[in-house]
Amino acid sequence: MSEQRKAVALISGGLDSLLAARVIQDQGVHVEGINFFTGFCVEGHTHAIRKRDQNKQKRNNALWVAEQLGIKLHIEDIVDEYKQVLTNPKHGYGANLNPCLDCKVFMVRKAHEWIERKGFDFIITGEVIGQRPMSQRKETMPIVADESGASDLLLRPLCAKNLPETLPEREGWVDRQQLFDFSGRSRKPQMALAASLGFEDYAQPAGGCCFLTDEQYAVKLKDLWQARGSRDYEMDDIMLLKVGRHLRPSKAYKVIIAREEGEANFLQGYRKGFPHIKTVSHGGPLALIDGEVTDQDVQLIGRLVARYSQGRNADEVVLTYTDLAGETRELRVDPMKPHEIPKDWLI
Amino acid sequence: MKRHQIDCRRLLCPMPVIKVQNAIEDLPAGTLVEAICTDPGALNDIPAWSRINGHRLVETRTDDGEYIVVVEVVDE
Repeated sequence: MSEQRKAVALISGGLDSLLAARVIQDQGVHVEGINFFTGFCVEGHTHAIRKRDQNKQKRNNALWVAEQLGIKLHIEDIVDEYKQVLTNPKHGYGANLNPCLDCKVFMVRKAHEWIERKGFDFIITGEVIGQRPMSQRKETMPIVADESGASDLLLRPLCAKNLPETLPEREGWVDRQQLFDFSGRSRKPQMALAASLGFEDYAQPAGGCCFLTDEQYAVKLKDLWQARGSRDYEMDDIMLLKVGRHLRPSKAYKVIIAREEGEANFLQGYRKGFPHIKTVSHGGPLALIDGEVTDQDVQLIGRLVARYSQGRNADEVVLTYTDLAGETRELRVDPMKPHEIPKDWLI
Repeated sequence: MKRHQIDCRRLLCPMPVIKVQNAIEDLPAGTLVEAICTDPGALNDIPAWSRINGHRLVETRTDDGEYIVVVEVVDE
């Protein structure tokens, strides 16, 4: 009896990677999944933060897909290494700050390192030619294979028949005739395949899984880089970009104001790392200050935060300001009027 | 039975899962891994990860705004 071959499948949690893995499993290959956490994954975070979303299902789609397939899933933290991909993408960005092609090359490279370490034979992705405008085109398929170092150990079961034979096909580890020739943006072939394999419930087709494709998020990240004078970030930075209303009254600082209770609770966890303002006399948001502020700035920020409190129409709102050393003092301000807040403060 | 505690406070999923996964890689079978989390998503994600990777979920509980998940390491 021939040795059972082993493949690792890149599992995003979407339909394509689910199908690609199942198709290869069905050929008798032992498949395990790998999922990469860049810090920009949409899944879960906003649900965990915003109160109005807390009743939504908190399913991690990659874990769910692995469970449907009955395979192990290895989740890799690539937050630090990913900085180089995002800040200096060889192939540039998509519509926003999404370095999709460099991202795919990077993930396949990590998967290639993983199979070498773990003694697996090849890599599977759910890529389909023409599915994505930047990273999944006929011209980019060889780029991903070559630049990742995976070369012909990279098999795309859903469009393999449109591509040159890979090692797993040539060696007979998988039967090319049972693979597919999907191409283009239509999701119908995948949906038909899902139905034929008995999958009725799956995450909606890809595209919305990364904050870097989100225009608003990209604007906030660019603002962060501009204000700091360098294209760097820490995990806390990219988390905070997902939360609250961000206003920049000055190049020297910005203010992050919670929009609701869930966000306020989340921002509470960051209080020790940032100067912050709380509303005392009325119901109101917690606001973090990111940057350096003068006493005059603090007064202005107090007026701004009061504008977003329940005391917005009062003559005076009382707040507390706590600096980085933990010293707290009281502020008494008249809330800003809407016309006093320039539109370009809102990031 | 040895108990190994992991502080996952303030971490959002999937980071608590990753911390549990990485800890388990170096721990002997039978060890109890207790993850203390503030993201309620951990109550779903750590048990799901444990199921698919063959480890045994011992307990999930909520304690004063924190979510605690206990997993027993099982040998492959």
